[in-house]
Amino acid sequence: MRHGKYPLIIAFLVPPLLLYGIFVLSPYVQAFQISTTDWGGYTADANYVGFDNFTRLFRDGQIWNAIQNNAILLAVVPVVTIALGLFFATMLNMGGRRGQAGVVGVRGTGVYRLVYFFPQVLSVVIIAVVWREVYHPNNGLLNAALGAVGIDGPTWLGDPRFAFWCVLAVLVWSNVGFYVVLFGAAMQAIPRDIYEAVLLDGASRLVTVVKITIPLLWDTIQVAWIYLAIAALDGFILVQLMTDGGPNFSSDVIGLRMYNTAFASDTRFGYASAIGVVMFFLTLSVSVLALRASRRDRIDYS
Amino acid sequence: MTLVEERAVAAPPPSRDRKLRREWGVANVFSHGFLVLWAVLTTFPLLWVLVSSFKDDGEILSDPFGVPGALRFENWARAWTEAHIGRYFFNSTVVVLGSLTLTMLFGATAAYVFARYEFRFRQLFYYLFVGGMMFPVFLALVPLFFVVRNAGLLNTWPGLMVVYAGYSLPFTVFFLSAFFRTLPESVAEAALLDGCGHFRLFFRVMLPMARPGLISVAIFNFLSHWNQFILPQVLMQGDESKQVLAQGLASLAVSQGYEGDYSGLFAGLTIAMLPVLGVYVLFQRQIQSGLTAGQLK
Repeated sequence: MRHGKYPLIIAFLVPPLLLYGIFVLSPYVQAFQISTTDWGGYTADANYVGFDNFTRLFRDGQIWNAIQNNAILLAVVPVVTIALGLFFATMLNMGGRRGQAGVVGVRGTGVYRLVYFFPQVLSVVIIAVVWREVYHPNNGLLNAALGAVGIDGPTWLGDPRFAFWCVLAVLVWSNVGFYVVLFGAAMQAIPRDIYEAVLLDGASRLVTVVKITIPLLWDTIQVAWIYLAIAALDGFILVQLMTDGGPNFSSDVIGLRMYNTAFASDTRFGYASAIGVVMFFLTLSVSVLALRASRRDRIDYS
Repeated sequence: MTLVEERAVAAPPPSRDRKLRREWGVANVFSHGFLVLWAVLTTFPLLWVLVSSFKDDGEILSDPFGVPGALRFENWARAWTEAHIGRYFFNSTVVVLGSLTLTMLFGATAAYVFARYEFRFRQLFYYLFVGGMMFPVFLALVPLFFVVRNAGLLNTWPGLMVVYAGYSLPFTVFFLSAFFRTLPESVAEAALLDGCGHFRLFFRVMLPMARPGLISVAIFNFLSHWNQFILPQVLMQGDESKQVLAQGLASLAVSQGYEGDYSGLFAGLTIAMLPVLGVYVLFQRQIQSGLTAGQLK
């Protein structure tokens, strides 16, 4: 019965392995190696410089500025997105009438769920360009709306005080819908009778959300946290297309730093790869931390 | 409105129930307010782009909030031909068809082997594949550029296709091998006993059984390939006529900004948005569950 399985294993596994090894694994491995060289262009030779790139990186003010912005994104985006996602998902799945079923969604749940998900199917490029126009100081939607109530709107993306926060808002805007649906799917999986029992005991809705829904959703929230943290450490496309890091580097992020170091005005591949390595370890430690932190909480609840 | 309707429907309630209902009636109005507000926040910018795509530049500049004086489909025609949105659309379609075929073929075969067969170094290979999900694509960008160039695939569609497929394999293999593992062992054993070969078993029995999983992951990959920006930006720098839609839109945004052709830009955005949104509205259930299923596993 087991006869002849090896031809299949080889035929099925070798082509994907080759493709993956050549175009994914080998670049990752090479990146670590390149990060220890001073490779500076298409023809120039690469010399081994050890950890020089990394020591220079730690003294690079622009890098720190970008990392600081990523840190703000990391602190704000997941919290706001998860809070909004949980709030809307709760409304949609159990905020409705108190019928015999105990907990049901509000009217029009399907429509809300359809509409909230719109940004998720659009390309980030479309979202970036749309919002750049919304924020446009003269003919943008936002300032037109403000003008209608007599407020003179600022130049949003051209103002160092606002540019970064404008991008952050779009990051939240484009992610909330996905988590409404994700949390909603997880809520649907919670047995109804748990709610019925607690509601019969006279618990208020707020208590049921805090004491039942959130603990039972904790695994999903943890996954959401990691995905959002990774998104917050990136943010490259939105920033590049909406502000290009400006004005005066106020909205710069680490991904844009790396992209510009490698592919824009200069081609300092060694240095860019070092930035990539730093990003790699940041992403890795954020996911490990998120897993750790949430695991401890989970024990508290269960 | 909701309040009245609820009352009409309900049977005579005991007193505590009435109190609860009142509490939730107020909360309902309150929460509906937020729900509507977010729905408006989500749709209004997109609706505004659609409406603006019919305006002329004068209307856009003088009255961004207003209604267009006429349905100017010539904006769309201009974006489609002069700004080459049509061509970019075609390029994206070709690239995504190729990359999706590659991803599904390689992803399904590799996942199947990982899920159903014992062999040496299976664990190692599996984690090698799945580990790719954890790494930021940025780290690979610089060497990837040279790998693709040395393979002679820089600025070519096949180059984009294999790269998209490669970077989609981790999630695809992860998701599909979990799916293949859930399929009943007995069916496979029966087929093998009946003299069915391993290859026929896969194509005739396992693939059809795995259809729901394949569809979910195909939808997921379709959207991520279609919306890809950073990879083509690095690997398709030279030849503008081969660029994909996301790149075309980005450069359109820059160039129309200089020329002040806002109506063309809005029309281009609309053309890029509408088909995706249309397909989404038609298949929303499958798309939503396809995109969220992977995270819940």
